[in-house]
Formats: sequence, C-alpha cells, structure tokens
Amino acid sequence: MDVTIRVKRQDPEADGEHRLPYWQEYPVTIADNATVLDALIQIREDDDGTLSLRCSCRSAICGSCAMRINGHAGLACKTIANTVVQDGVITVEPAGVMPVVKDLVVNFDMFWEKIEAVDPFLKHMGREPDGEYIVSNDAMLHLSGVTSCIMCGACVSDCTVLEVDPTFLGPAALAKAYRFTADPRDGDSDGVSMERLWALSEPTGVWDCTRCNECVQACPKGVAPMDRIMAIREQAIQQGYNNNNGARHTDAFTESVAHSGRLDELRLPIKSVGGFTNMPALMDYMPVAFRALRRGKMPPIAHKNVDNVEAVRRLFRQLEPDPPAPRVSNNSPFG
Amino acid sequence: MKYAFFPGCVSQGGAPELYPAARVVCQRLGIELEEIPGWTCTGAGVIQEKNQLFGDTLNARNFAKAEQMGLPILTICSTCQGVMSQANHRMRDAEYLAEINSYLAEEGLEYSGQSEPKHLLWILIEDYGLDRLGGYITRQLTDLKIAPFYGCYIVRPTEALDIADHPERQQSLEMLIQTLGATLVDFEGKTRCCGFPILTINQKNSMAMVGKHTSEVKDLGADAMVTPCPLCHLNLDGFQPKAASQARRSIDLPILHMPQLIGLAMGMSPNELGMKRHIISTGPLEVKAGVRR
Repeated sequence: MDVTIRVKRQDPEADGEHRLPYWQEYPVTIADNATVLDALIQIREDDDGTLSLRCSCRSAICGSCAMRINGHAGLACKTIANTVVQDGVITVEPAGVMPVVKDLVVNFDMFWEKIEAVDPFLKHMGREPDGEYIVSNDAMLHLSGVTSCIMCGACVSDCTVLEVDPTFLGPAALAKAYRFTADPRDGDSDGVSMERLWALSEPTGVWDCTRCNECVQACPKGVAPMDRIMAIREQAIQQGYNNNNGARHTDAFTESVAHSGRLDELRLPIKSVGGFTNMPALMDYMPVAFRALRRGKMPPIAHKNVDNVEAVRRLFRQLEPDPPAPRVSNNSPFG
Repeated sequence: MKYAFFPGCVSQGGAPELYPAARVVCQRLGIELEEIPGWTCTGAGVIQEKNQLFGDTLNARNFAKAEQMGLPILTICSTCQGVMSQANHRMRDAEYLAEINSYLAEEGLEYSGQSEPKHLLWILIEDYGLDRLGGYITRQLTDLKIAPFYGCYIVRPTEALDIADHPERQQSLEMLIQTLGATLVDFEGKTRCCGFPILTINQKNSMAMVGKHTSEVKDLGADAMVTPCPLCHLNLDGFQPKAASQARRSIDLPILHMPQLIGLAMGMSPNELGMKRHIISTGPLEVKAGVRR
C-alpha cells in the first residue's frame, strides 16, 4: 500500500526554524497489514534517521508508542495503517497535553507526578490480618479492568480538562485511584477508603471531570477511566462527601427529573452552588442571567410536570439507592 | 416521513429558540414530527452517574412510548442522542432489559430493545438524503464561513453510537455545512468538550474551554460556529462574554443551532428562526449572508 505519513515534528532544543512545530510528509510503501508504528519505523530506518519516536514491544503491552493518529490518541503499534488512511494520508502527532521532547517523544514527568499524587499502593487502615488477605474472586475480576492500564498516556493526551488546567489529576491517575478505592484490602476493615475518597472529592479531583468520554475513546486497553471517575464520585457520595457543587449538582438534577420528569434549568444552578446562602456565586451569575432575560432566553419560572408524572416518581422511589451516610462537612477527618 | 419527536429539556428551557426553529425547518422539509407524549429527560449522563438503572429506565420509558406510536425517534440534542444511545447499548443485554421492563410494566409499557433514536443531523444524511435537502436551498451562503462543533455525546463513545456501521456520522456536520452551500472552516476542537457539564463546578475551566474553542475559530476567520447540541450552545453563546473577559480578549463569535443554519439556507428569516434570542448578536452574519443590509 502506498501512503503518505504526515508527521508533526519539533525539536525544542534546536536553533532555527525546527524549534517550532512543523509538518513533514513521508511517502512510503508498506504491507497491507502494517501498523502505523511499522510505517514510522520504516521511515526512521530507511528514509530519515532524525525522526524520533518511542517504541518497544510492538504488541500493545509496553505503552511506549501512544501518539495522536488523525487527531486522536492511540497506540501506533495497535493501529493498522489501512484502517486509518484518509485520502492516502495518515496524520501523526505527538501525544497532547505533555510537552514535546522531540518529534513524537513527549515528557512524561507530569503523568508520573499525578500517579504518585494518588498514593498508588495499598493503604490498609484496620488491623493487619494474621495471615494472608483473603479477597473474593469477583472483587479481583472487577479490578482487572483497571489494572489493565499500561500507563501509555493516551487518556491524558486527549483529556479536555488537562488541556486547559494542568492541576487536574486527570484520567490515568484517577483510574489508578479507583484501583485502590475499589480494592477490599484498602482503607478500613470494611474496605472503605475514607481518606482517599475525601481527598479525591477536593478540587482537581473527580468533580473536575467534564464526562466528555475522550479518555474512554482513547484508552487502548478498555480501562474506561471516565467510568472509574464516575464510580469514585458515587463511592464518595455514599460516604457522605457531598458538600460540594458537583455532588449537589448531581443530587439537584436527579431530584428535578424524579419530581417533575424534566429538568428545571432555572433552579438547578442555584441548588448546585449551595442555594441562596452562597450569594457570591449567585451574584456571579447575575450578568449572564440579565443578558438571557433581556433576550427572552430565561427558562420558564413555573416548571411544569410531565403528564402522568406519578409514574416517574414511582420509578424513582423503586430504584432509589440507599441514602448516603450523614455528614455535613468535607473537612478531612484525618487532620 | 414521520417521527416520534424527542426535543429534550434544553430546547424548551435554556435555549428556547431551538424548539420552534427545529419545528418550522422540519415542517418545510416535509418531516412530520409528533412529540412523544409525557417524555422525560434522558438523565443527560448526570442521573446515570448516580443511579444508572433509574436513568436507563427513564430512557426505556421514552422508547416504549415511541414504539406505541409506531414511529422512529428524532432528537435535536447531541447530549440526548448520546445518552439515549448509551442506554440503548446497555439494554442490548437481555437480562438488563427484562429488569427494566419489569419496572415499566406497572405503567403498562414494554420496550422491545429495537429502537434506534437518531439526531436530526443523522436523519438528514441517512434517511432524508443530502441531495433532497439541497433541493430546498434558495439562499446563497457561500460567503459565510462556518465552523462545526459537534458536542461530545454525538461523537463518543463510538461503540454506543454505531459509528462502525455509520462512519459518515463522524463527518456529518461538515457534510451538512457544505450541502447548505456555506464555506467550511475546519478546526481541531470541533469534537472537544464545550465545558458545560462543569459550569457550576469549575467555572474557570469551563470558561477556558469556551474561550479556547471560540477564539480559535474566530482567529481562523469564521463568521459563526454551528452546533447540533443546545447544551454546547448555552455555554458557547450564553457564557461567551464571560469567557472572553476571562481570556482578556474580544471574541464575538455567533453560535448557530443546526436547524437555524438550515433555515437560513432555505431562505427563512432570522426572526423566524429565533436568532434574536442569541446572546452574541448574529447581525454581522446576517448582513454577510445577504439576509439584511
């Protein structure tokens, strides 16, 4: 197959024009079943020894070759070239968010700092068992979904929050955190990781995720980091860490729909920020509300119920999970 | 052509200009819409994160009602599309569907699992045909430079959205813009997040996203951005002044709902399409489109 590999290159340490990103095109002839990585290695071996990229196992195990292919992160070794070629061209860029070292090689320091920030090791808070920890098969099978992470950074590359806010813990570290909050050996003798759930509910934690699904789409191993982030939110709410805008938003949203069948857009933001006791946040919305009012854009003041709303309310009563443990403050119980 | 219409909450709430615009455009195109009686919110992914079973049951309830009408579902919201598709995808598990149906039985409803809810954007391409749509175009929009903005849930995750069977869905908005005769301004951020879901949680990040996408498109010389998602519209239009002030620059990029751009190309007036209700004025764009002087 004849294909042009269009590579975004950069050498930040060089003098001259190559210090800034530029595009270089490499026309290559590759086998029909060749991967994007095969094509890049062929270019480096035969055409241009200055092209830099990371790779090792070529089998989607080592996680070295994550990069953006046609704008989206993935492993070059797991991507068959003929499935992504568009009009004879495949566009290859370095992973996003992390700074470029050279060409397709990025600096992973921030990735590892975030992983370290979630204490990626078991922290048993109860009494140590006398012998080995006995854990159910189901619990370990459940964790195998998250432990499949190969730390390739594809999710971090495409995270829409990290793109604008480097302080966010990000999908890889939060999925790693779930690997411990969902481990029955972590936390107290009931397997509840109170300290972690408190810390993960703080700013830069689980509530900063936009639920955009980029990480779910990018992950080559099916870890689905966003789903793990949602699961941590649920664990935290269940433990009573619900004194934040995120948890209030979820509660108010659900209540609105459970009560009337539809979303009450006028009251939702008020409830999310903590009601009328949080005047600064409400005042902050005033210019937006005023502009909307002037344009006749405000949601209806009187929020109507859908027909047969009793059926919706009954469904909610039937399916409502157990109420969370009462807790009024998000202050750390751990000092 | 007749569909069971699922408008979604925002098209009648925070973006009330969308509902009548979609209705009038569909009517002119000969697409008949019959609203699903007593439809409920899809849960927008928010209910699902707290109580997935409740959220999915609400969707099954809507699907069952549409099945009673004997009509396929049409929506005008990217977020609703994604949440419906994800719920539907989970309900391919027969056991899960049976459990959900056991809750619906009390209301005398049952969902077969066979529904395929579709956004108007997909319907125009897959059911209606862009050639046929082209026949309705009476206004020359070549001078208008339009950038697409999809909304996360209509592009990801691809598995639930049947992208493998419908690869054209990933280019659908660009195809529509070009069919309508406008000049396409392609940009990398078109499938990224508008920041709306974290508006009340981390407003600074939410505004940074609005600022990034709208500035990028503005700097590419676009006259407007078009979106099939009313939630994106709320943030990109309604909060653009705030985002611009955070970014310390002027942006002033009009954001059009997808049916509004279609209506403009069909010769309809901005008033008819509710464009007066936008926060960012569509005036300069209307002049450029030759709608007014």
